[in-house]
Formats: sequence, C-alpha cells, structure tokens
Amino acid sequence: MTDGPTPVLAAELIRWSWVGRHLDDIRDNLVQHVELTGLALLFGLLLAFPLALAAVQWPRLYGPILGFTGVLFTIPSLALFILLIPFTGLQIQTALIGLTIYTLLILVRNIVEGLRGVDNDVREAAEAMGFTRARQLFQVELPLALPVIIAGVRIATVTTIGLVTVTALIGWGGLGQLFIEGFTLNFSTPIIIGIVLSALLAFTADLLLVGLQNRLTPWARSSGR
Amino acid sequence: MTVINEVFTWLTDPAQWSGPDGIPVRTLQHLYYSLLATAIAAAIALPIGVFIGHTGRGALFAVNLTNLGRAIPSLGIIILMFTLVGFGIVPVLVALIALAVPPIVTNSYIGIRSVDRDVREAAEGMGMRGRQVLWQVELPVAMPLIMAGIRTSAVQVVATATLAAFVGLGGLGRYLIDGLSQRDLAQVVGGAILVAVLSLLTELVLGRVQALVVSPGVAGRAADAAVRAKVEKAA
Repeated sequence: MTDGPTPVLAAELIRWSWVGRHLDDIRDNLVQHVELTGLALLFGLLLAFPLALAAVQWPRLYGPILGFTGVLFTIPSLALFILLIPFTGLQIQTALIGLTIYTLLILVRNIVEGLRGVDNDVREAAEAMGFTRARQLFQVELPLALPVIIAGVRIATVTTIGLVTVTALIGWGGLGQLFIEGFTLNFSTPIIIGIVLSALLAFTADLLLVGLQNRLTPWARSSGR
Repeated sequence: MTVINEVFTWLTDPAQWSGPDGIPVRTLQHLYYSLLATAIAAAIALPIGVFIGHTGRGALFAVNLTNLGRAIPSLGIIILMFTLVGFGIVPVLVALIALAVPPIVTNSYIGIRSVDRDVREAAEGMGMRGRQVLWQVELPVAMPLIMAGIRTSAVQVVATATLAAFVGLGGLGRYLIDGLSQRDLAQVVGGAILVAVLSLLTELVLGRVQALVVSPGVAGRAADAAVRAKVEKAA
C-alpha cells in the first residue's frame, strides 16, 4: 500500500464512480460558469453599445476607443484579475469586471463595423421616409448590422467561457474549480470532466447564437461571418 | 494609497533585480517558455496552413480550428498534463503549443487562400510552376496575414505562460502565484504589472518585425490583418 496518489493508468484517466458521486458539485460548477459568462456578456454589451455608438457618431473617437480596449485586452487575464484584487477583493466583482473588460474590444469593434457596413442608400432611404435619427438606428441600422454584431457576441462568448476557468485561481472559476480539485488530488478525472464540459458549453453557446441570428435575421441566412 | 506605495517599493527594491528569483531571471524564463512554444507551434502550423491554402484541401478544418482552439481552456490542459507526466516543462509546452497552433494555421490558410486569383494566374502565365508560385508569389503576398497569426499566437503564449508557475515552473507567473499564497499583495500586483508590460512589449516588438518582413507593396493588407489579430484572446 502506498500513501501517495496511485499512478495514473490509461484505463484510469476517468474514474466514473468519482463522477457519479460528485454530480451535484459538477452541476454547481457548471451553473456558476454559465452565470459568470452570462453576466460578463450582459455588462459587456451594456458598456460596448454606448462606446460603439459614440465611435460611429464621432469617428475621431474610434481610434482611441479601439486602442484603449486593445491595451486592456492584451493584459494577461490572471494578471488583470489579480490587479483588481486591491480594489474589489476576492469577490465575484473581481472576476466579473475582468471578464467584462475582455469582452469590450471584440464587442465594440463588431458593433462599429456592423453599423458602418450598412449601405448608404438604405440610410438615405430611411432619412427620405422621415425617420428620426433614433428610429433609423433602431429600426434600420441595428437590424442590418445584426449579423456582424452577433459574430462578435459569438467570439466574445466562447472566449469568456475559456477565461472563466482562470478565475478559479482567485476563488471563482466555475468548471475551472474542477481543475484545481484535480491538481490538489493529483487526479485526472475532474480535470478531464472540466475541460470537456467547458468545451461543450462553448460549442453549445455558439450553436445557440447561430440559431438566434438565423431567427433574428431571416433575410440574411448564412451570410453572417 | 498604501498599496501603490508598497508595489512601488517592491518593484524598485534592488533585491528584486538580482539572483535566481530576481526579475531579470524570471523574465528570461518567461521568454524562454514563450519562444520555445511559439517556435514549435509555428513549425507545426505553418506547413499545415500553407498546404491547405495552396491546395484548397481541408479548408473547413483550417477555418474552424481557431474557433475550436478558443474553446479549450489552457489552465485545464496544463494541469491535466501535469497529473499525467509530472513536473517539468512538457505540460506547459503542450498547453502553449495547443494554444498557438490554431491562429497560425487559420491565418496562413486565409492569407494564401485570399491571394488574388489574377495574381496567381499571372504567375502561371509567366511560366511559374506550382512551387515557384507558392514561394515567390503566394507566400510574400500572404505574409501580412501569416505574421498576424504568429503575432496573435505569440502574445497569447506570453500571457498564458504566466500559468506555468501554477505547476511549479518559473517565469513571471511565480510572483502572482507565490504572492497569492503568501497574501503578499505588493508582490502579486508588482508581478501582474510586469506580465502586462511584457505582453504589451511582445505585441509592439512583433508589430515592428511584421513591418520589416512584409513587402511594402502588400503592406495595406497588414492593417486588416492587425485588426483581425486582435480578436483572439489568451487565457
């Protein structure tokens, strides 16, 4: 008998009995993963829309906005989460603020490119029909920009799902907690479950967003990026 | 704010700048993991991407690889490999290479594929053979996108090499991981600043390299490529 962990055998990469006993924990981790991703995207969109509209309205702002969000985007995620700790502690806000910041570059860029891609003739037609600026934006430009915007939301979603796992190092992490657990126990089962579930979550979310786009823009089916 | 003072003291303490735990050594370790991983990834990915772009075979694979890559959590791969093969550079290299390969494959594929058909036909009309077309026409024209892929990957790798410290290796991530476990905020924040700076420097330096290796005639493609390169995010 040994005290240490048994050596991992190929047949033992996954011990299903462990999975069976920890279904509740795994479900809780999955739920937290979805919550963190969903909230980060929600806040990301709430911030990105005004920034993007400002960039479309005053094109001179676009360069600085892209540059600033680009610099934020380049900061390694663990470093950013940790840099936030002095301000927000090991709270969920730390994870959320970090994740939200990373969605901004992708979302702002795609919203602006989507709105700019709207044909000028369409814009003029709307104007000629007497649409106010706000009505033009909400009823003409945003719907036409939707494929590009949703393409951005898809990238942001899949990226965020991957980044959530890193927040395990500051006490959150959703499925990333399974990595830490596997590391502590020197046991591959939770790690593999975590990797597979987070990859599946990313694919599922991506498929759902493609479906959403097809429903929202029936005139542009399969023409989105 | 006292935190800022502490961090400043930590960063400017001469003791931090010498010895095996010093910032210069940690930075070199960090760059060593990153360079090795990026070089191996490029050696694997470039031939694949260029082959697919040149022949058109496997296009669907090349396009979707980057999306697939985004969905794989690097921290999970590092820890999984660590439990399988034990302490060493291998777990970290595997995760970093897995991270770096997809953008290089996808970008070099798109770069070669998007070479104007007329340009390719002109080369063939001048009597160039398949291989000559590839080396003398397609690759130079595709260079902005190929470089953008390498740049994207390299920046992601530098950022993610931080996680190497979690499985006992060196690099700048040590300050983050050790600082977190010792509850030494100055060290944690100081380390985080160093990683962020290194990552931004990588982006800037590779931008310069790109400007050097890209023929001025196709530099316009570089602007698009730079924007595209931004949509990737490292863990």
